[in-house]
Amino acid sequence: MNTEKIIYGMYDDEQELMGAAKSLVSKGVKVTEVYSPFPIHGLDPIIGIRPTRLGDMAFIYGLFGMTMALIGMRYFMVVDWPMNIGGKPNFSLLENLPAFIPVTFEFTVLCACHGMAITYMFRNKTLPGMPASNPDPRTTDNMFVIELNTADNKDFSSEQLSGWLKETPVVELTEKVYTIQEEI
Amino acid sequence: MVKEAAIREPLILGNKSYSDITNDVISPIMNKAPKAWYVLISIAAVIALWGLGCIMYLIGTGIGTWGLNKTVGWAWDITNFVWWVGIGHAGTLISAVLLLFRQKWRMAINRSAEAMTIFAVMMAAVFPGIHMGRIWLAYFVFPVPNQFGSLWVNFNSPLLWDVFAISTYFSVSLVFWYIGLIPDFATIRDKVTDPIRKKIYSLLSFGWSGRAKHWNRFEEVSLVLAGMATPLVFSVHSIVSMDFATSVIPGWHTTIFPPYFVSGAVFSGFAMVQTLLLIMRKVMKLESYVTIKHIEYMNIVIIVTGSIVGVAYITELFISWYSGVEYESYAFINRFSGPYWWSYWSMMTCNVISPQLFWVKKWRRNLSFTFVMSIIVNIGMWFERFVIIVTSLHRDYLPSSWTMFYPTWVDIGVFIGTIGIFFVLFLLFTRFFPVLALNEVKSILKSSGEEYKNKPDNHNHH
Repeated sequence: MNTEKIIYGMYDDEQELMGAAKSLVSKGVKVTEVYSPFPIHGLDPIIGIRPTRLGDMAFIYGLFGMTMALIGMRYFMVVDWPMNIGGKPNFSLLENLPAFIPVTFEFTVLCACHGMAITYMFRNKTLPGMPASNPDPRTTDNMFVIELNTADNKDFSSEQLSGWLKETPVVELTEKVYTIQEEI
Repeated sequence: MVKEAAIREPLILGNKSYSDITNDVISPIMNKAPKAWYVLISIAAVIALWGLGCIMYLIGTGIGTWGLNKTVGWAWDITNFVWWVGIGHAGTLISAVLLLFRQKWRMAINRSAEAMTIFAVMMAAVFPGIHMGRIWLAYFVFPVPNQFGSLWVNFNSPLLWDVFAISTYFSVSLVFWYIGLIPDFATIRDKVTDPIRKKIYSLLSFGWSGRAKHWNRFEEVSLVLAGMATPLVFSVHSIVSMDFATSVIPGWHTTIFPPYFVSGAVFSGFAMVQTLLLIMRKVMKLESYVTIKHIEYMNIVIIVTGSIVGVAYITELFISWYSGVEYESYAFINRFSGPYWWSYWSMMTCNVISPQLFWVKKWRRNLSFTFVMSIIVNIGMWFERFVIIVTSLHRDYLPSSWTMFYPTWVDIGVFIGTIGIFFVLFLLFTRFFPVLALNEVKSILKSSGEEYKNKPDNHNHH
């Protein structure tokens, strides 16, 4: 049995939270998580959150959509059932490309947007029926919370961590003890 | 905190805190609805039911119940389709294009404008659906494998491009809207006390907890979706215009159509946003968030797009003469002096002359004037589509087949009915959904809130 502590420091202003996070990080503390009602600009580099790669994923999904659209239209219109429209038959993909641009574009956007949105949901684990995990209901309203986990901060005692939090303009300080079952 | 120029008008009026914003926006959801809401939704529901009845009668009897004839094969159905799709352009324009341009004033209006977009596109989709006659075969518009000798849909046809454009636009707008709604549903979830409501909103909020990494992804997704939705908005109405422009009918066969239709769509979309927001801000007491400045900004967009539309009308008219094609020039002479002269001149008055009145600052900041103008613009934009469609068709190449189009009660009933359905959906939205993007409005409180702007220094407010 191993007891660890989670310390929540609550702030009523995002600038104060950012200042507190800065001072904690400068002491070598690892900020486990921050909960806020809206995105705090400038916080990510302080607490060591790397830029997301969802944009790159969108590009890949878009490429997939574009390829599928072109392969599909070539099959339908050129290979399987070439139509002769007004004396302008479909002989090759290249000759028909101008007419295929709109659908190619739409399908690219469709795949990129939905692919990215689905990836976003899965990466966040925000899916229908998922339970909420914010420590306090006020964090979706007007409060901002820093979460420090002693498991991430082996070099410091929990007293040290909460002491440092108290030096910042923290509004509320709560601690939660939890136990980790060690593997035998 | 990024300081904003002091001369910019504040976008959030009064002395608001973060929790004030939450309470102001979600109090209509928490409290009992006002009587006016019940009255409005009852009226809308009656109209909607009438419309549904007309649609069922139409499907049961056939499209012969419309006033269409051999010469005018397309009339109110496609007019209403294009009108609704056009209205559906403001939402995504506000949330996507204005996001890319970092316009903070979009934040108070994007949520309701996007809801309007989604409902308007749904109404638009009704018309091509019911025009098929046999609506149960609607899946034929998609390239589905079939037993008819591998017969595929025609990918060279703008009508098929439209299928892809409208369905992509609808589903992407829906996803964009919902991703923004998730954090706000979480706010409601954490605020309501009623257990059933709490359950519903926690289901809708997908377990959102506002973690820093999630916000980081949220912003990236919003930006990339905006980046993709921006060309999408322009492509959708361009493709709608190609339904006409790639045909050989004089009056339709015009290369100016795509930009002309897109600006017309934004023009009518903003007018509809004005109609809805002016009522909403009053009934839901959101005057501090949807300010006169917001209304003025939207009126400026209306002047710009209205002027583009005006230039397009006149260019079209000039080119019909300058091209030297007698069929083309006749189509336009017939438009302004033929039997449908009244619709052409209503269009010109509503769309070209009336938005120019917004050059007067006092008028574009006047709410009642804006409300009347927004209705006029929407009437004008309906006439624009009617003029383009019916007046180009009713005088065919053969004078023996010249005719007029008269709508039947089914034509009128379906159109009025879609307005009813639209308002039912929008009223339900205002009752149960956060009508303002809470998380976005909160993020601009310190840069654009009145209280913070008037402080000598934004940094030391404690």
